[in-house]
Amino acid sequence: MGESIVITSGKGGVGKTTTTANIGTALALLDQKVCLIDMDIGLRNLDVILGLENRIIFNLIDVLEGRCKLQSALVKDKRFDCLHLLPAAQTSDKNEVTPDGIKELIEELKPDYDYILIDCPAGIEQGYKNAVAGADKAVAITTPEKSSVRDADRIIGLLEQEGLETSPYLIINRIRKHMMDSGDMLSVDDIVSTLSIELLGIILDDEDVIRASHHGEPVAFQPDTKASISYRNIARRILGESVPLMSFDNDQGFMTKVKKLLGMK
Amino acid sequence: MSEMKHYITMKGTNKGIVVYLDDQCSFEILLQELEDKVKTSESSGKTEITVHSQYRYLTDDQRKDIAQLIDQYSDMSIKKIDSYVLTREESYELYDNTTVKSVIKTIRSGQVHEVKGDALVIGDVNPGGTVLATGNIFVMGKLRGIAHAGFNGDESCVVAASYMHPSQIRIANKISRAPDYDVEGSPREFAYVNSETEQIELDQLQHLQKIRPNLLDVFERGL
Ligand SMILES: Nc1ncnc2c1ncn2[C@@H]1O[C@H](COP(=O)(O)OP(=O)(O)OP(=O)(O)O)[C@@H](O)[C@H]1O
Ligand SMILES: [Mg+2]
Repeated sequence: MGESIVITSGKGGVGKTTTTANIGTALALLDQKVCLIDMDIGLRNLDVILGLENRIIFNLIDVLEGRCKLQSALVKDKRFDCLHLLPAAQTSDKNEVTPDGIKELIEELKPDYDYILIDCPAGIEQGYKNAVAGADKAVAITTPEKSSVRDADRIIGLLEQEGLETSPYLIINRIRKHMMDSGDMLSVDDIVSTLSIELLGIILDDEDVIRASHHGEPVAFQPDTKASISYRNIARRILGESVPLMSFDNDQGFMTKVKKLLGMK
Repeated sequence: MSEMKHYITMKGTNKGIVVYLDDQCSFEILLQELEDKVKTSESSGKTEITVHSQYRYLTDDQRKDIAQLIDQYSDMSIKKIDSYVLTREESYELYDNTTVKSVIKTIRSGQVHEVKGDALVIGDVNPGGTVLATGNIFVMGKLRGIAHAGFNGDESCVVAASYMHPSQIRIANKISRAPDYDVEGSPREFAYVNSETEQIELDQLQHLQKIRPNLLDVFERGL
């Protein structure tokens, strides 16, 4: 029986879709059966980042309205047999989507997958409510900017009321080390202590991420870039392994901090 | 007539003149005697008195009657109407407004934590989060959002935090906000309304006892 995880942020454009695609890819690399659901109806782009746009025939709304079977709407990934995408509709009326409908759909998927990752739209409106409805667990993504942390805090507050299995996990995306060091961005320490939830991983602000998305092949697929290692470490932590946060350079101070964060000596 | 006269007794105490009303006779008799007494008493300028109704519960209308009578026939004014009794509702209200309501949680952005009485937050109040209390607010964590103590108007309330770095503090109808430039917070502080400056001021927690010695005294606050 699979586990469903919703990827949220509150603020838009902080990397939900990129993270969903990459964690999905990284889990598939670890031989997990994964289904990605794009819940950003009307603004779908998970398919683009995965390079699957041309293969879409049916979408989520078609399934909910009974125009097709769930199976026939699922798009198989180019690279992995075990990675599937349930695309969002690009045009359809989103009023058709209800939390109960989504819940039912996810229950139907669970027996066939190990993980179901749900890409949540920005905001805290209906789209968010639908995306969260079928989730067992949640991830909140923030960048090291005040406004983004503020919105993540808001979303975490709402997620805590959802009765999820565990409290939400945190991913800090687009870290720029020199700006953190100069105090022009919040530090990892600051963010974790403000949001006070478990840190699942940190990801550098990295051109490789943008480049990979541009070519429709998530960066996590690459063997050895810093970003791909971060995503694969996150996947391993989701599987329950305890993987230390990687250091982004040889700065001893930063590593010490990171170890302290993880409660290590 | 003379046997009627002892339903009302005036006593000079260290808190000023207290007028004790008999609590067994009818209210009409009481009013009548009070009128006689007030009319005949040679008052020496403006005096404030306390009226004590003992074990009689006075309704709002009855309180008005008494106040009106004294106002009409004398220079005296009522400082306070006291009694030994409360209605059940009043006692619940008093209990509610003077007990500590605790939560173990982070008050996050967009969340409003509202309580009657004192609020004890075991956790942080994050930027964008709000705590409202009719009484005091104690934060065992970082206060970085908004805290509004005494929101029904009690200026004697305080806001205390393990780490004080609020975006705003309000006490009754006074407001103070963080400056526009970046400031560091400070550990173990409390905010209160300084009665001389009439403004919210911060001080170290160890001075709280000196500045608000009766902070947790139910009778001081509720009655
Ligand atoms: N670690 C990273 N390094 C560099 N660029 C990144 C990183 N993560 C995301 N981006 C870029 O940030 C932009 C927004 O990312 P993405 O679309 O994943 O955000 P989102 O939260 O899904 O946005 P929306 O709220 O619109 O759905 C994209 O251009 C993406 O390539
Ligand atoms: Mg997105």
